[in-house]
Amino acid sequence: MTETTATEALSIAPPPATVAQAVVKPENNSIFRHARYVMSENPVTGMAFGLFALIAVLALIGPYIVPHDPLASDTAATLAPPSLHHWFGTDQLGRDIFSRVVVATRLDFVIAVSSVVLVFVMGGFAGIAAGFFGGWTDRLVSRLADTIMAFPLFVLAMGIVAALGNTVTNIVIATAIINFPLYVRVARAEANVRREAGFVQAARLAGNGDFRILLAHILPNIMPIMMVQISLTMGYAILNAAGLSFIGLGVKPPTPEWGIMVAEGAANIISGEWWIALFPGAALMIAVFTFNLLGDGLRDLVDPQRRT
Amino acid sequence: MLATIGRRLLTVIPTLIGVVIVTFLLTRVLPGDPAVYFAGPAATPQSIADIRKGLGLDRPLPEQFARYVNDLAHGNFGNSLSTGRPVATEITSRLPASAELTFLGLILSLVIAVPLGILAAVKQGSWIDHTCRVVATAGVSLPVFFTGLLLVYIFYYQLGWAPAPIGRLDAFATAPPNYTGFYLIDSLVTGNFETFRAALSQLILPAVTLAVFSLAPIARMTRASMLAVLASEFIRTARASGLDTRTVIITYAFRNAMLPVVTTLGMVFSFLLGANVLVEKVFAWPGIGSYAVEALLQSDFAPVQGFVLTMAVMYVVLNLLIDILYGVIDPRVRLEG
Repeated sequence: MTETTATEALSIAPPPATVAQAVVKPENNSIFRHARYVMSENPVTGMAFGLFALIAVLALIGPYIVPHDPLASDTAATLAPPSLHHWFGTDQLGRDIFSRVVVATRLDFVIAVSSVVLVFVMGGFAGIAAGFFGGWTDRLVSRLADTIMAFPLFVLAMGIVAALGNTVTNIVIATAIINFPLYVRVARAEANVRREAGFVQAARLAGNGDFRILLAHILPNIMPIMMVQISLTMGYAILNAAGLSFIGLGVKPPTPEWGIMVAEGAANIISGEWWIALFPGAALMIAVFTFNLLGDGLRDLVDPQRRT
Repeated sequence: MLATIGRRLLTVIPTLIGVVIVTFLLTRVLPGDPAVYFAGPAATPQSIADIRKGLGLDRPLPEQFARYVNDLAHGNFGNSLSTGRPVATEITSRLPASAELTFLGLILSLVIAVPLGILAAVKQGSWIDHTCRVVATAGVSLPVFFTGLLLVYIFYYQLGWAPAPIGRLDAFATAPPNYTGFYLIDSLVTGNFETFRAALSQLILPAVTLAVFSLAPIARMTRASMLAVLASEFIRTARASGLDTRTVIITYAFRNAMLPVVTTLGMVFSFLLGANVLVEKVFAWPGIGSYAVEALLQSDFAPVQGFVLTMAVMYVVLNLLIDILYGVIDPRVRLEG
């Protein structure tokens, strides 16, 4: 309940087109001031933005800056502990773990982002349509979401990957499908409250069709809350994808990816070579931690009433 | 109360139908030919044709579905390709191992998370509150397989307190007679404390791993809902009437605050059942999760399908139990229902 009122308060924002530019400007300013205020209140959020920038940069240029070839094995230096030459040590094939962890950032990041974008499009549109049209559309979409929710989500993801085939693309699809109900629920609730809103009725009176109203009037209004949902599910998407590759699905060795690297190091844990699993696991943890904090931070920005 | 439960039972039926349809469709959306898939890599055209006929894949889809449902009703989940054994017996024999692990994990996590959440709410802003927040955020960020490996490294390799992660019992202990399939209960019933100790020492690390993972949502929800209840008027009235803090918090606030927590348990179970698969892999636990993982890697589809179905049915039943529990705790639900 508080969620909708709070976002509505914020999303009255878009002023009518007739209002002069001058009115819009302080509006933008106040959003930045608000952002600065939230950051100063909660320095952790600022740190999360910093870490996010680091992850994004590593994903972008990681492969070009690493000191070693992530795939090159060196039989002379297998299972070497961390040293000045190999910062994170080497694995059972003598590959440099630091380079592999850094290079893996891109793949993990791409898997998480693309699955979230995919579910944003699928779940977002299905949810908006369900909330706006009601009736059969609503019943169909809600029933679909309920059926997905009837499964333990990771188990369903395993089943989907098994059925569609053991590839990275299918990991992305499976991760998107298990997040579908969350997006549908948010989009449906937000579209539902705006269904009879004044600006929607005005748009209808002006002769806009249903789809135009959905895309041009309702969608922009629920964007902020959907963005929060995106960053809240990013962490879970990474965890889920890494879990699937940990059990041996999707990513094939020798491709560097955090989940599969932890799995490769698992056998060495009981003989004491901790660095093989620790560093990719820690990278995974930091990434998930960053996305969770970022989600909380964005929610504070968009929805002040639920601030913790 | 019985009528409410009956009505709630009826709502399970469409959910179960949905679950069965999805598990059925999982086999039919295969990009290739399911018969080839089921026949395995070493199949001849003749054997593929046989399997197609045997599975009824040459029939129309609705008929195949009827056949699938009929098989399920007779407890037939198909046969594993690699072992040749029926999936249903394999799952039944492995289920207690998974259930024992999951329940112990859940109990541990409740025992830690609920008091932590209550304390954090009662002493808001204190170090307990901050601990609670850190634990909750770290708990959801830690990949469950990573926590498991860390625990193995610390408690097995470094400290030597825990046994090697090689399943439910070490090589020297003998399994207790099979009454419930839960080693802890079976060994206690027969008074075999040696086995009880051995089983518990194997169980404790994986259970703690699961607990760490599921702590976060429970602690967070307990704290939030205790805070909401403590700020409400009936608590103020109870305090104003001179009841001591203990009674107010435990008798008045706690019972009311538990309702949202019980609701989150549904989500927690979804996490737990999924995390269970990963924990079983880390600790070589002979449960249904590791069975499904092995089958998955060999493209042996029948066990995976049976596993997904079993997990989903268990999850639906657990959600049902949670709803009934909700009615027991909150009389208002009974009246409205």
